[in-house]
Amino acid sequence: MKRRIAVVIALLVGLAGLAAMGTSFTLIGAPPPGKTANAPKTIFTKQSLSRGAYLARAGNCMGCHTAQSGPAYAGGRSLSTPFGTFITTNITPDKETGIGHWSEEDFWKALHEGKSRDGRPLYPAFPYTEYTKITREDSDSIFAHLQTLAPVAQRNPPSQIKFPYNYQLLLSVWRAIYFKPGVYQPEPGKSAEWNRGAYLVQGLGHCNACHAERNLLGATAGDDDALGGGQIMGSNWYAPSLTSRVEAGFTHWRIDEIIQLLTTGVSPQATTSGPMAQVVMESLQHLTKEDARAMAVYLQSLPESNSLAVMNGPAMTEQVQAWFRQGATIYEKHCQDCHGVSGQGAPGVYPPLAGNRSVTMTPPINAIRSVLNGGYPPSTTGNPRPYGMPPFAQTLHDGEVALVLSYIRNAWGNHASLVTTAQVDKSREGITLK
Amino acid sequence: MRRLILATFLFAAGLADAADTVPTSAPVDVPDTMAERVKPCVACHGLEDRVGRDAYYPRIAGKPKGYLFNQLRSFRDGLRYYRPMTLLLANMTDQYLLEMAAYFSELKQPFPPPERMAASPAQIKLARQLIHQGDPARQIPACVQCHGNELMGTAPFIPGLLGLPRIYMIAQFGAWQNGGLIRGQTADCMSEIAKRLTTEETNAVAAWLAAQPVPENSGPAITLPVEMARRCGSIVQSATVQ
Repeated sequence: MKRRIAVVIALLVGLAGLAAMGTSFTLIGAPPPGKTANAPKTIFTKQSLSRGAYLARAGNCMGCHTAQSGPAYAGGRSLSTPFGTFITTNITPDKETGIGHWSEEDFWKALHEGKSRDGRPLYPAFPYTEYTKITREDSDSIFAHLQTLAPVAQRNPPSQIKFPYNYQLLLSVWRAIYFKPGVYQPEPGKSAEWNRGAYLVQGLGHCNACHAERNLLGATAGDDDALGGGQIMGSNWYAPSLTSRVEAGFTHWRIDEIIQLLTTGVSPQATTSGPMAQVVMESLQHLTKEDARAMAVYLQSLPESNSLAVMNGPAMTEQVQAWFRQGATIYEKHCQDCHGVSGQGAPGVYPPLAGNRSVTMTPPINAIRSVLNGGYPPSTTGNPRPYGMPPFAQTLHDGEVALVLSYIRNAWGNHASLVTTAQVDKSREGITLK
Repeated sequence: MRRLILATFLFAAGLADAADTVPTSAPVDVPDTMAERVKPCVACHGLEDRVGRDAYYPRIAGKPKGYLFNQLRSFRDGLRYYRPMTLLLANMTDQYLLEMAAYFSELKQPFPPPERMAASPAQIKLARQLIHQGDPARQIPACVQCHGNELMGTAPFIPGLLGLPRIYMIAQFGAWQNGGLIRGQTADCMSEIAKRLTTEETNAVAAWLAAQPVPENSGPAITLPVEMARRCGSIVQSATVQ
């Protein structure tokens, strides 16, 4: 890994040097001369169309390719990252501004090879590193479905990519190191159900796009550390590890409870919030029973990344005990009504806090967010009228939020690091102000 | 000394033990009601008048259902911009928001006493003029035309204007004038009217309204005058559940 970083740094330095010499990179990034093959339009069967609609849901294309309150699939949502702001594209079949001119071959190239219709490499903000695992048949079905949408004429502003990432040669180098195209290959020793789950998790569902740490160059961990958890780029949310027993690993869960969490947004042990609630709402709740189960089976089977991990609380100094007493007072006043005297909660309604991993996992940012902003789990077919959490940004000071969270993270058998006022303050940025 | 150390150690161990107690309590009993489900709303829009550090929280009890539903949906979709509300309502269906709107529209809550009149006699005169007559020359309709003769709103989409803090109303006028209150839905309605009002006028109207007692046993008017229904048509049309 270290060596890999060294190589990348060397390449970066080299590139910067070339740039300084005024070398033009445009040739490399330019679209190939001539036109892309204009494959004859396939006649799509009704079956493949409804399959395409289903798969587009499962892949949640709409999630990124729709601006807030904008027309579905017309793009325009911005994703802010350390590399710049990416604006998603219009994938309705509008000929001028969408993908009305695309063929299924073009679409396949985007999904499978991460290349645009004109041959330019795409930035991995579009998760082709995961979508490359999608089969050709599924890709064609999704494309067929997208072509049946009402065309929306909406020209979105171009992405604003920062120097030096705007050099396409750099992107090509990145791809050479981090991207290996290839459709998912079923593991022969595993059941069809498990393989289906793996296909959905690794490919279409692109879980790793969020549930993995990205390195300095925005690449997610490879197969060895897949789904290991990480902060979601440009957001104040941490997507927990799906392989760790102290985060969101499913090894010790029952299959039906994993399915329940994925498809309704709540379960006795956990509640989805933030970006995951959105994924449940827009995508996962629409999965067939078989697919939801397949995902659950696969997720449960993931080997634990750190099966010996234990949570470490702070040393119980007098100061710490005093803080906990203050935290307990705040808890009694504001939290206890719903979460109970011993953090037992009402499973499936108000999450228990005792033994709740999203409360105790090392990065406290999700817990801080929940206290500051409150929120409801998604309103889904399986849980249409969820109960919610009030926001406390308006009532509690940063110090109080830190105290109550530090207490909750260390009460009723929980052990986790203290939350500092500074951490809360950082989370608050841009939340209470317009 | 040794005894003291031992005692300290035992004390600390005792505390640690207490912290380690595995919960044995029965799950919290949660009533299966709307009142329970809207607890997060009531944290700010509760019975008592709440003034937070960053905003005034208007009362929502008893406001027309269609109006509340429009606001909830607009907050969720980022059309009415107030981030705490947008975050709170993310991932809620129209159906559920409508149910919440219905709940609050039927909720009866006592009104706070009126504020002390913060306006000069000249300002009071100006406010009354605008509220009851408007200013036809500048195409400013009288407030009562839409918000009802009693200023308690018109079902189902127009909110009442009494029982609200003066500062809150001034802020709303400002938002309407900047076009920021409800984006994309203001072309023909309140935004246009607010932009024609001067600061002097909005201040006078807000001060006068906040100082009015809320008439007892009153509620929203039933119908909107035809002319105003046409003028504010986009509000009415956009309020169907998808």
